[in-house]
Amino acid sequence: MEIPYTVESREDTGLNNVKLGIWLFLASEVMLFGGLFSSYVLLRVGAETWPVGASILSVPIAAFNTVVLIASSVTMVMAWASLKMNDFGKFRLYLGSTVGLAVLFLVVKAYEYSDKFSHDLYPSESTFLAIYFTVTGLHALHIIGGIIVNGYFVGPGSKMWKTAPEQFTNRIEAAGLYWHFVDLVWIFLFPVLYLL
Amino acid sequence: MDTVATLDHSHAGHEHKASWWRTYVFSVDHKVIGIQYAITALVFMLFGFILMIMMRWQIAYPGQPIPWVGQFLGDANAPGGIMLPEFYNQLGAMHGTIMVFLGVVPLAVGGFGNYVMPLQIGAPDMAFPRLNMASYWSYFVGGVVMLLSFFAQGGAANSGWTSYAPLSIIATSGQTWWLFGMVFLITSSLLGSVNFIVTIIQLRAPGLTFMRLPFFVWTQLVTAFLLLLAFPPLESAAVLQLMDRLAGTSFFMPSGLVVSGAAVDVSGGGNPLLWQHLFWFLAHPEVYVLILPALGITAEIVANNTRKPLWGYRVMVYSAIFLGFMSFLVWAHHMFLTGMGTAISAFFQTTTMIISIPSVVILSALVISLYGGSLRFTTPMLFALAFLPMFGIGGLTGLPLGLALPDLHLHDTYYVIGHFHYVVAPGTIFALFAGIYYWFPKATGRKMNDLLGKIHFWGTFVCMNGIFFPMLIQGLAGMNRRMYDGAEMYQHTQGVLVWNGTILTFAWVMGLFQLFFIVNFFWSMKKGAKVTSDNPWKATTLEWATPTPPPHGNFVTPPEVHRDPYEYSVPGAVQDFTPQNERR
Repeated sequence: MEIPYTVESREDTGLNNVKLGIWLFLASEVMLFGGLFSSYVLLRVGAETWPVGASILSVPIAAFNTVVLIASSVTMVMAWASLKMNDFGKFRLYLGSTVGLAVLFLVVKAYEYSDKFSHDLYPSESTFLAIYFTVTGLHALHIIGGIIVNGYFVGPGSKMWKTAPEQFTNRIEAAGLYWHFVDLVWIFLFPVLYLL
Repeated sequence: MDTVATLDHSHAGHEHKASWWRTYVFSVDHKVIGIQYAITALVFMLFGFILMIMMRWQIAYPGQPIPWVGQFLGDANAPGGIMLPEFYNQLGAMHGTIMVFLGVVPLAVGGFGNYVMPLQIGAPDMAFPRLNMASYWSYFVGGVVMLLSFFAQGGAANSGWTSYAPLSIIATSGQTWWLFGMVFLITSSLLGSVNFIVTIIQLRAPGLTFMRLPFFVWTQLVTAFLLLLAFPPLESAAVLQLMDRLAGTSFFMPSGLVVSGAAVDVSGGGNPLLWQHLFWFLAHPEVYVLILPALGITAEIVANNTRKPLWGYRVMVYSAIFLGFMSFLVWAHHMFLTGMGTAISAFFQTTTMIISIPSVVILSALVISLYGGSLRFTTPMLFALAFLPMFGIGGLTGLPLGLALPDLHLHDTYYVIGHFHYVVAPGTIFALFAGIYYWFPKATGRKMNDLLGKIHFWGTFVCMNGIFFPMLIQGLAGMNRRMYDGAEMYQHTQGVLVWNGTILTFAWVMGLFQLFFIVNFFWSMKKGAKVTSDNPWKATTLEWATPTPPPHGNFVTPPEVHRDPYEYSVPGAVQDFTPQNERR
């Protein structure tokens, strides 16, 4: 039994199953982070005082992390484009870089966290720190998810390139859409938590 | 998903050699998963019903030991068989949670949606069979976590199925189990809803345009969108509540909170109303998740047993879509008494009145569909026919609750309980029973016994009303819900306390009538009358064009659709039904 439209697009919808599926998943992710952002707004509006993010958090470190994450999104696109141009070697290089940059992001984030902890700044300290740790923590979980998926595609999952190249390219595209979304969430988190 | 397709391909022709585990337990076949969902959900519903019987005993005879069952509950819950208030609260929270998240929705969506929808659209399976399996097992784990929470320190969650903060934050550890259980259930519903939408949009058979979809498929599509978009905010709320409970944050904890005479040691600054907003943003669409598949099942059975097309099919479809959209804009009508302000109340009261319109349109279309039909009073049809007025009562009793002013009086009374149980119990659950009797021959090749089915129907029908109608009366008299002694301490409820005994009697008699269903279900699987055709009800939709029971991959030859879904009694046709895949 074969499921139709796993690789090729359906004529009247112009989509394959994977692409539609990943967009729906991202829609649900928007609602997940939307719920958290709404909570942030409501808590901040209701608070008597609210600290300026930069007074507690380090803007330069976060700015560096922003650059890291944007770079990883660029290499993600390059990885997909390399597959489209039939260059598997470059694909591995680029996707490997994406994974490496994602790990770098987490290392920097871990340093930031431990720096806060060493100053006795825990989530229970204030509502600001509570939302900071919760949202960035959930975002970090998404980064870890991305590392697992992309790491799989660099490593054991890349065998599919030999048997079903088109399907493999579609998978990288889907993984890329997810990765750009994770990147985009950070683009919102950075100004909201550090700058505003 | 994709690899599975490749795998199956390489095994083409001898799929029946798959191991027993792959065939019945870790199956990727949507029909097996649908049956797994349905049976697990039915077991949970029975369990939730038993919890409720214990609660009703306590309400009817407060302070008296529960006969026989009481000795098994343990001294921590019911010393000497007499239920403690803390245990009553656990039962209340878990009854709601189990019935909604582990019973009705998994049966309506996971069970019927999985089994019937791909057949009705002429698909070989769901778009992502392995995600489908993951969805079921995630649901299963979530259910097990919920059950295990009864053994946690301090018992299961006891802050109501709504888990309102700050009560839920300071509650015993069962609440943490509840939150983890919900994370699994939310994951399950996310995987399921993505799969459903992709399947319906991508895997429709050639010729099956959107306006030719059976109404049941439409309701599943709208339901899947609700699950996809409404559940994540509850997940974020669950994360925040977990942080409040485990990391000591104060998302939902206001400053200056005093519990049992002592100030709570938290940073404060949180907002308990935030939880309610996030919770009801899910939980109101959830109401339509409960009701839409039921409307879909009823529509299929009404069309089939009136032998005529549904009246106003298009209007029903548009109403279902509008209903789904509006359901995101009514959540705060659960919060009129929170002091959130009259302007907001006015807004949500208006949207609530608007959303009642498409519900009434669908129900009216179903009632009008009966007019002029030659009705067959089969068991599924009896349940479907009873669904119409029962859901009608449920809907109409909701109107006073949707208006902020009468809600002042009715909020948190048994009137609310009566109202939403009329929607879900004699409403949705009747439709689900109808669906089981209707599709049972397709799944097993045998019909369920008609006599047992009719006894089940009439017993359940009478008892349902005996249980829930008195609640409306009690609520109007001002009797509060969630009172472990059945509100016997209040002067103003003395006149309506007598109904507590009535309700308990009807409840356990209804439990006895379910035995007819359980016996019928298992007996018919082995000994029921064999169906002689693949289409025993003489229906028009595609699920009846498969072999009985359908094999892995469903259709012998991929079907093509040439007609609208309900071409019954077409003038000039040879028979009184013309299947969708019959050429013009």
